Amino acid sequence: MLKFLLQGLTRPPLTEAPPAPEDAELAALAARLQAAARRRLGRSLSIREVDAGSCNACELEIHALNNAYYDVERFGLRFVASPRHADVLLVTGPVTNNMRQALERTYNATPNPKWVVAVGDCAIDGGCFAGSAVVEGGVSKIIPVDIHIPGCPPPPLETLKGLLTLLEQM
Amino acid sequence: MPALHDIIREGRLIAGHRPWPRAMVSARQWQLAAAEAADGRLTLSGLWGDAGVVHMALLDEESGAAAVLSLECPEGRFPSVGRLHPPAIRLERALRDIHGLEPVDCPDPRPWIDHGAGAPYPFLTAEGDSLHQIAVGPVHAGIIEPGHFRFTANGETVVRLEERLGYVHRGIEKLMRGAMLEQGAKLAERVSGDSTVAYALAFARAVEAALELEPPPRALYIRGLMAELERLANHLGDIGAICNDASFAMMHAHCGILRERVLRAADGCFGHRLMRDCIRPGGVVKDIDGAGLALLEALVKDIRSYFPALVKLYDNTASLQDRTVTTGILKPALARQYGAGGYVGRASGRAFDVRRNIAYPPYDELEFDVPSLSDGDVNARVWIRIREVEQSLSLIEQMMARLPAGPVITTLPRCAGEGMSLVEGFRGDVLIWLRLGDDGRIARCHLRDPSWFQWPLLEAVIEGNIVADFPLCNKSFNCSYAGHDL
Repeated sequence: MLKFLLQGLTRPPLTEAPPAPEDAELAALAARLQAAARRRLGRSLSIREVDAGSCNACELEIHALNNAYYDVERFGLRFVASPRHADVLLVTGPVTNNMRQALERTYNATPNPKWVVAVGDCAIDGGCFAGSAVVEGGVSKIIPVDIHIPGCPPPPLETLKGLLTLLEQM
Repeated sequence: MPALHDIIREGRLIAGHRPWPRAMVSARQWQLAAAEAADGRLTLSGLWGDAGVVHMALLDEESGAAAVLSLECPEGRFPSVGRLHPPAIRLERALRDIHGLEPVDCPDPRPWIDHGAGAPYPFLTAEGDSLHQIAVGPVHAGIIEPGHFRFTANGETVVRLEERLGYVHRGIEKLMRGAMLEQGAKLAERVSGDSTVAYALAFARAVEAALELEPPPRALYIRGLMAELERLANHLGDIGAICNDASFAMMHAHCGILRERVLRAADGCFGHRLMRDCIRPGGVVKDIDGAGLALLEALVKDIRSYFPALVKLYDNTASLQDRTVTTGILKPALARQYGAGGYVGRASGRAFDVRRNIAYPPYDELEFDVPSLSDGDVNARVWIRIREVEQSLSLIEQMMARLPAGPVITTLPRCAGEGMSLVEGFRGDVLIWLRLGDDGRIARCHLRDPSWFQWPLLEAVIEGNIVADFPLCNKSFNCSYAGHDL
């Protein structure tokens, strides 16, 4: 373990590795995001993720935002464990009948001011699950949505861009 | 002791069901087959409803034989399999909710997928002094899928865990009815996002079985590459995530880097990080070029040089081992009874892997080991996944070396037929059964996730462990909520 810790001290972090094209894009985003987040929310934005019927692909890609390549915490974006601590609800899935109540309750448990980001094609209008009798067909049918991030699933960078757009709109 | 083919022979064979036989059987034969499964001579692999008919898929693991038994239920009732063989109970509860067919004498009368209009769900009780309940979910603390866990604990020790699932039920099987194949493939890929390739492959193979068609050799190998990349990404991510649930974040960080590199390589080769919309019935719609092969070669080299140090880190960190060794033990007998697939079964002595036991191309031409252990604890499940990472790397190299030239997709005839497939996803065996109509549309499609036979075991595994070890046990199983709820 000592070896790993020492390597961690001596090696440059991955997030600053020589830029591939998308890494350059990420760096530019980071600067904009940091400025926007500071201006509107002091230093941070707390996000609560709610799966309202997704196939879990969106969850995997949202998870990836926390890995060393994207490392969203450096922008002040933080995933929190409770809606009580959240500024933003990041909602995925077409909203199943069985998740409707839980989503409403989570929304009501989130203190004001709050924003809702619908992530993924099926969160927008049900996507390929639209028309099913057991789904509501999109997050905005249940709670007010501030911004939609399309994609199936949106890659981490797209989600980051979406959050930036939200910050600039706030 | 009637073997699987004897039971089939006594029934009325249905023509046009491929690659394994399907037979209409009597209620007596149906119950006889259920008793064979209960005695452990056959493995229950699926149980689903159709228009006035129930189907049961059975495996004879020793011979690699499979078959589907069908029973007509003109009065909307059929003899419960779960009465004799508990692994069928949840399948029957779902069948009753979705198809309205009544499993007579099923031990559990409660609904499962249908949550009704907010009626309270009667959880099982636990009685004794000083017991308290902890209700968790459906919205969890992490970035994970929704499900409800009801713990009954005595102090820190879990006395009973009961799962309640169905929150992610999207009605996929109903959406499949009447869908064109393209739409069907899209839906199949979105059953469980982490198993996108496994489902796309299983769906394609079921269609190809129904239409009696073999995709071009190059397509088979490209599918194999995708399947192993998906396995790699999930195993790497989960090994780290399990350690993270024991608060060992360093492993999580490093494994997360490797997972990201796999996804980027997949994106570079096939244009999508999770390889969505790449596999279709008849072949693949994304070919791999020289640049893609170079990416894969570099990826394999990278993981080979990076991963062993992580394995050593896992093995040499006593505080981590203290959490994973002897935690959440799944007894081999239970794994066998439930036909638990994937690393859950293989860590508890059930050395079953569809790629080996009911081999499909390209795996029938490749060399690989199916690692198996009998300890059945969290540690054993981690080790199976570590070994499988190594096997997947070797498989990717073999497939790249043998990659045939030629076309990658063939056109499909438009005709009726019934097909079934079993495919080894990272989590275990995915079963897809479908019937195509004369118009080429899907008349019925059933998709059975490996989680159906793993979720119930998680309840058994946690008993006697402390509440704080539940995340570890849960992550070491990593069952799919979406795959189960459909």
